[in-house]
Amino acid sequence: MTELLQFLLSGITVGAVYALVALGFTIIYNASDVVNFAQGEFVMLGGMITVFAYKAGLPIPVAALFAILLTAAIGVAFNRVAIETARGAPVVSLIIITIGASIFIQGVAQVVFGKELHRLPSFSGDDPIRILEATILPQSFWVIGGAMVVFVGLWLFFTRTLLGRAVLATSNNRVAAQLVGINTGFVMTLSFGLSAGIGALAGVLITPITLTSYQVGIALALKGFAGAMLGGMGNPKGALIGGLMLGLLESVTAGYLSSQYKDAVAFVVILAVLFAMPQGLFGRKATERV
Amino acid sequence: MLTVEGLRSRYGRIEVLHGIDLQVNSGEIVTVVGANGAGKTTLLRCISGIQPVSGGSIMFRGEMLSNVPAFRRIRRGLSQSPEGRQIFTNLTVEENLRLGAYVFDDERVDRDMQDAFAMFPILKEKRNLPAGGLSGGQQQMLAIARALMGRPSCLLLDEPSMGLAPILVAQIFEVVKSLKALDVTVLLVEQNAFGALSIADRGYVMETGRIAFSGSAAELIADPRVREAYLGI
Repeated sequence: MTELLQFLLSGITVGAVYALVALGFTIIYNASDVVNFAQGEFVMLGGMITVFAYKAGLPIPVAALFAILLTAAIGVAFNRVAIETARGAPVVSLIIITIGASIFIQGVAQVVFGKELHRLPSFSGDDPIRILEATILPQSFWVIGGAMVVFVGLWLFFTRTLLGRAVLATSNNRVAAQLVGINTGFVMTLSFGLSAGIGALAGVLITPITLTSYQVGIALALKGFAGAMLGGMGNPKGALIGGLMLGLLESVTAGYLSSQYKDAVAFVVILAVLFAMPQGLFGRKATERV
Repeated sequence: MLTVEGLRSRYGRIEVLHGIDLQVNSGEIVTVVGANGAGKTTLLRCISGIQPVSGGSIMFRGEMLSNVPAFRRIRRGLSQSPEGRQIFTNLTVEENLRLGAYVFDDERVDRDMQDAFAMFPILKEKRNLPAGGLSGGQQQMLAIARALMGRPSCLLLDEPSMGLAPILVAQIFEVVKSLKALDVTVLLVEQNAFGALSIADRGYVMETGRIAFSGSAAELIADPRVREAYLGI
C-alpha cells in the first residue's frame, strides 16, 4: 500500500509537469491549429534563464519572473519571424517550421548556456514531507500547484472571456474572425506569448527537481504532446487530465514492472484510447455540415 | 454612404476587378448581380478589407478605407455576411452571435441578441448547439444574424441564397427586405438576379470584372439584356 501511494505521489508530480507542457500546447493549437513542437524549448528556456539570472545575483522570484517574460518575448518573436511570415502555408508546413525552430533554439542554447547540467535550489527547502508512509518533495507541491493555477486560468479564459472565444474563432475561421472585428494578428501574438510564458513557468518549477540542460525540451515536448492528445488537443481540461494520467501510468509501470517499460506502457495505453476515441478523452467532436 | 471608384484588385498576377464604380446611398438596398466568376465576391471582399486592393478607392461615410484594416471596419459600420457563411463551426450558435458583436461590450449586445432570436426563432432553439451542426439554411440565418450583431449601418451580403431550397431563399430575401425598416443599408451580391432585383432599389450588373450596366431595379428587371442573360426569360 505504501508502495502504491509512493508511486502515485511521484506520478502526480511528473504528470503535473506533462500537464503544464500540454497546457502550453493548448493555446497555440486553439489559435492556429498548429502543434508547436518548440513548446519544450520554452520549458528549457524558462529553467535555463532562471538559473543564469539567479547565478547573476537575482533572487529566485525575480529571476523566475524575468525568465518567464523573456521567454514570452521569444515566443512572440518566434511567431513574428517564423510563423506570420509563412501565413497561408498549410498547417503541416507550420508544424515543420516549429520543429525547425525547436532545433534552432536548442543549438543556440547549447552555445549560450553550455552543455552541462544546471541546477536551481528548491523554493521551499529539500526536506521530504511524509504522507502516511510515503514521501513527497516540497517542490512537487509547487509543480502541482502551478499546473492547477494555469489550468484554472486557461479554463476561465477560454470559457468565460470574449477574448478567449476570439482565440477559438481565429483558429476556426480566420477570415470570419477579421470580419467580426477580431485583430487576428494580435490574437496570434497573444497566443505565442502566453504559451511560451506557461512553458517557461513549467521550466522554472521543475528545474529544482529534474535539473536542466539545453536538451531537456524535446523529451518534455513529446510527453506533453502525448498527454494533450490523450486528453483531447485544444481542451485545457484534457491537457490537465491527459498529462496527469500519463505521469501516473509511467510511475506505476516503472514501480511495478520496470522503468524500462514505462514509456512503452504509457504509449500503448494512449494508442488504445485513441483507437477507441480519436478525439481524445475530452476533445470536441468535429461536427460540420455543408 | 458607400462610394467605390475605379476599384481594381488582383489574385497574384491576374486582375479580376478592372475598375469598378459603384455607389450606395443611405437607406437603399443595392444589389450586384452577375454570373459566377464575374468578381462580385471579390468586390465585397475588397470593401470589407479582406482582399487587397490594387487601385482605385473605397469611401465609406466620408472616410477613405484604404488604410483601415479589415478588423477595424466593423466599428465604422461595415459588416459582412460572407460567401459560404463562414460561421464559427466549433462554437455554439450563441457564441457565434456574441462574437458578431465582438467590438462591443455594453447592454445593447443582449438586446441585439434577443432581436436576432426574434428574427430567426430557430437560432434561439439551437442556441447552445455547435453551429457546425446547423443545416445550410440555418447557417445562413446565423451568418446574417451575426453580421447584424455588429450594428452595421451598411450590411454587405454575399450570396445569401446560395445552395438553399426555394422556400428558404424566399424567407431570406424577406428578411433582407425587412432590414430597411431597421435603417440598415444593404449591398447585396447575388447570382439569383430575379430574387435580388425584386427586393432591391437599384442594381448593378457585373460581367468579368466590370460593371456592364446599372439602373433602378425595375428598369433592370425589364431590360431585355438582363432578362436574356440572367433571368432566363
